[in-house]
Amino acid sequence: MLSLVEEYVSGLQDSKAKDTAKGVKDGEFTVLQLVEALGLSLTSSQPHTRARGVQLLSEVLQECYGGLTEREVEVLIAFYENRLKDHYVITPPVLQGLRALTKCTALPPGSAVSMLRSLFQDVHVQLSYRKQNCVFLCDSFTELKGLGADFVFGFVQSMDGERDPRNLLLAFQIAKSIVHRGYDLGKFTEELFEVTSCYFPIDFSPPPNDPHGITREELILTLRDVLAGTPQFAEFLLPLIIEKLDSDVQSAKLDSLQTLTACVSQYEHKDLAEFLEGLWASLRREVFQTSSEKIESAGLAALTALTSCLSRSVLNSDSEDSLCIFLDLVLKDCKHHLCEPDLKLVWPSAKLLQAACSASNRASVVKYEPESVFGAFRSSLCSIVFSAVTETNASLQITASSVLTSLAQQTGEMICGTHSRFRFGQKFSSDCAGALAELHPAAFITKLIPRLKKEMFSDNNREASEQQSHHALRQRCLSALAAVSIQPSVVQESTPVLLEVLSSAHTGSVGFSVEEVVLTCSSLQRIAEQVQDTEETGRCFHDIIIPRLLSLALQAGLQGDHLDIVTNLHKNFSYYLYLTAYILYLKSVLSENVFLLIHIMFPQKQKGDSWSQSQMVCLLMGCVCSLPRSVEVPQMDQLLLQLEELSCTCSHPPSYTSAAKCFAGLVNKRAPGDSLDSLIQSTMKRVYSVLDSESSSVRTQAFTLMIWVARALLLRYHPLCTALIDKLFSLLDDADLGPMAADGFSLLMSDSSDVLNRSCHADVRIMYRQRFFSENSAKLVQGFNAAPQEKKPNYLKALSNIVNKLPKQVQVTELPALLSLLLEALSCPDQGVQLSTLSCLEPVLIDPPAALIQQLEALVNRLLALTSSRAMNVRIVSLRCIHAVSRFPVHEVLPFRARVLRALARPLDDKKRLVRDEAVQARSEW
Amino acid sequence: MSGGTRLENANPVIFQRSGQRLHTATEEDEDVHDPIDDREIFDILSINDPEHPLSLEELNVVEQIRVKVNDEESTVGVEFTPTIPHCSMATLIGLSIKVKLLRSLPERFKIDVHITPGSHASEEAVNKQLADKERVAAALENSSLLEVVNQCLSTRTI
Repeated sequence: MLSLVEEYVSGLQDSKAKDTAKGVKDGEFTVLQLVEALGLSLTSSQPHTRARGVQLLSEVLQECYGGLTEREVEVLIAFYENRLKDHYVITPPVLQGLRALTKCTALPPGSAVSMLRSLFQDVHVQLSYRKQNCVFLCDSFTELKGLGADFVFGFVQSMDGERDPRNLLLAFQIAKSIVHRGYDLGKFTEELFEVTSCYFPIDFSPPPNDPHGITREELILTLRDVLAGTPQFAEFLLPLIIEKLDSDVQSAKLDSLQTLTACVSQYEHKDLAEFLEGLWASLRREVFQTSSEKIESAGLAALTALTSCLSRSVLNSDSEDSLCIFLDLVLKDCKHHLCEPDLKLVWPSAKLLQAACSASNRASVVKYEPESVFGAFRSSLCSIVFSAVTETNASLQITASSVLTSLAQQTGEMICGTHSRFRFGQKFSSDCAGALAELHPAAFITKLIPRLKKEMFSDNNREASEQQSHHALRQRCLSALAAVSIQPSVVQESTPVLLEVLSSAHTGSVGFSVEEVVLTCSSLQRIAEQVQDTEETGRCFHDIIIPRLLSLALQAGLQGDHLDIVTNLHKNFSYYLYLTAYILYLKSVLSENVFLLIHIMFPQKQKGDSWSQSQMVCLLMGCVCSLPRSVEVPQMDQLLLQLEELSCTCSHPPSYTSAAKCFAGLVNKRAPGDSLDSLIQSTMKRVYSVLDSESSSVRTQAFTLMIWVARALLLRYHPLCTALIDKLFSLLDDADLGPMAADGFSLLMSDSSDVLNRSCHADVRIMYRQRFFSENSAKLVQGFNAAPQEKKPNYLKALSNIVNKLPKQVQVTELPALLSLLLEALSCPDQGVQLSTLSCLEPVLIDPPAALIQQLEALVNRLLALTSSRAMNVRIVSLRCIHAVSRFPVHEVLPFRARVLRALARPLDDKKRLVRDEAVQARSEW
Repeated sequence: MSGGTRLENANPVIFQRSGQRLHTATEEDEDVHDPIDDREIFDILSINDPEHPLSLEELNVVEQIRVKVNDEESTVGVEFTPTIPHCSMATLIGLSIKVKLLRSLPERFKIDVHITPGSHASEEAVNKQLADKERVAAALENSSLLEVVNQCLSTRTI
């Protein structure tokens, strides 16, 4: 063993330490024997020899600290503590040994304390080593707590003036564990804070080839952990942060804000209380004046954290609510900015407020609770909320509407104020209001509706420029009314206002434009769509709205001077009636009203005022024809008879047309069966008898009725339709009604906008056009061939009317058969026929059938003749057709080339550019 | 033109096509007389380049500002700019433009086609050729030349 020691100490053979340790472990010799053997080298006059000796001992201890007894440890610690006072060369091995000893389980009580004490006392160099030790010590002993303030003081001393980033990082970590483990900092709190905070904010840039890899971020984070670690630092840290926020260095500001965010999460409100004002001032400045987005967002985050910290705190009964104070502060400043006409700062203010509000529910609620405090801020709050609403930021909108909701919980009066903001035209406000109205119907009834009403009826003798904005305001009011009308009770209040608008529009007492009236109607419609379906609303509609609307419509119809209003009104009104019927299935209501209408209508008829009569029929048509098929119209037969009578006898064109339409609409929906058949039979009989008597004065009326009935039956594939259509064909030869009959075909084939379409719940089968065409085209050709020369145009016109409405695919396959007829049609003088025929021909020409090529001569001649037609559209389409002909097989078109080119020279100088364009294209192709 | 020969300007600068002319209300009106204007002539000149599968507009050979038309005096002046100063196609392009205008404009118009001053090496010679009615007529009687011109003027995709 002696030799081992000798070889290690003098021979400098490091491997011998392992051997020695092994020996100790195996029990060959004890640590005591080792120390005895080391005796000589430990007492040597050469510090290096002593160091070597201590090193051997330390290394052995490191290997086998587990086997030491308490007594041995005590002796060894005493020895090491003593050695600390020795030459500095020896210090590292001593520390190594101490570290090994600290791991020892059999550490005598109090030894750690004495160890540390001597450490702090005697060691002034080798900071990094010592600190490593300290980390171990801290980790190992709970009893260090007992050392408390002394330890902290020692730490503070040793850390003071430290520069090396490695050591700093270590020091921060230790400080962090000191702070987090809850050591009693005692009177050294300030010292510890001073010694760490002097590095704040970290201004360190690692050298380019830093071997230790310590980054600025690491330092910042560890330091932040230390500083934010305990509320005890609050009184020192907050002033520091405020001070640092004043600095010009961006990174310092950012770091400060982030540290603030971190630290307030630890703090209690009483820690913050006295610094709130300063913090707010700094934060406000950062948000308002910053140029960097990062800082702004950090500032907002800090504000959020601050508010949430404040609102988290539990209030004592006697302490002031610091949250209240803080928010008061915030609001006061923001209000100042929001009230300024200069809008520059509104947005940041709103952001600040949002940050504050989003922190906690309580923050936003508290804000509105103490009315006495915040009453003054109401208007500003409203404007804040509304400026928030107008922003595109979705989260902001949500916050704003939640704030609005909490506002509404408090008082309806506020809403009244807020809605004056509608002037500024927020599009979300109505949504918002709608949501609110669902919650607080009472507030809306008492406050908002009267207010909106006032706005709408306010005098409008203004300048033209103001007129525009007033109009927009009214529009917003109307849409707001519609938006809030969700609850039945609100509906009961809002609909009379709308009705009043309508009635005053009719009487002309307040000047409402046509659009406004239409908008009113659509608002009513919207209400009908969205209103909650209850008995209450049903009664409301039944008792108030429908009768008044009806009377208004009648009134309008009788007045007759607001023609456009009436037309719009009746469209909306009928749709509205239909909606009511559809949504509520209030058959009784409906039938009663129809009944009412009929009763009002027929007295009118007696008066013989044709104008009002036509309006009435028009209205009736709108109502009954848009009903779904399932709704039974009362007194149907009587109604039909009266309509038939009217349509066959009346001399006023709109009246008998409407009556015919109405009749047709009802016939279309009537359930199939004998009653329908007999009805049609009797009507047909009557119509035929009128039509057959050449001299009858009401032939046109009868014809109109017939056409409409034919259409009604055609749409539902009724078998009696064929007879009517045959009659129609025969009328083509009629001297007076021939052209009308030809036009009638277009009516049969086209869609009508007001009745007999799918949106009116008419019975419309698919492909009825194709069916009609395939059934009747042969008849048409036959009739054409048989007809005398002067009647042929009627047939051609009828044909082009039919063909034109057919889908293109059907046209292409069906046309070859009708080609000769179509070519005839081209030479027909009627421009409409020409145009429709040409547009039929154009797609066919792209893929010409053989039959067409045989008739090329005739086709080209006619097309060229049409290029000098009087109508621009005819010229254009005919040129397009000529263009298409150029794509025919070359050998077929070549003979025509010279002729076509010569003929196309003329349209090149056409006075219309569009024609010239087509001519240029066609000619260059030829 | 055939595949074997090298292109003279293999990588020309391509320009954005101007969009479709917007139709105005007056153009739809039957009674209004629309005069023939620069833009209309320019639209007529959507001629293919002899070398590239691009229109002359895309190569900036013809520009709207270099088209002058006077409807009342029945004159049209078109200046075109060959892509490179030594372009041997300049005559052909000029001929194509001239033929296109002859075919597309009423007979009353006097058509003047020439190279934008300073943009071609043998500017004068080409201008002289294009201005000479008889030489143009003679060129169009040459069937192979006519075929090339027609190819330029063809609007069909090949």
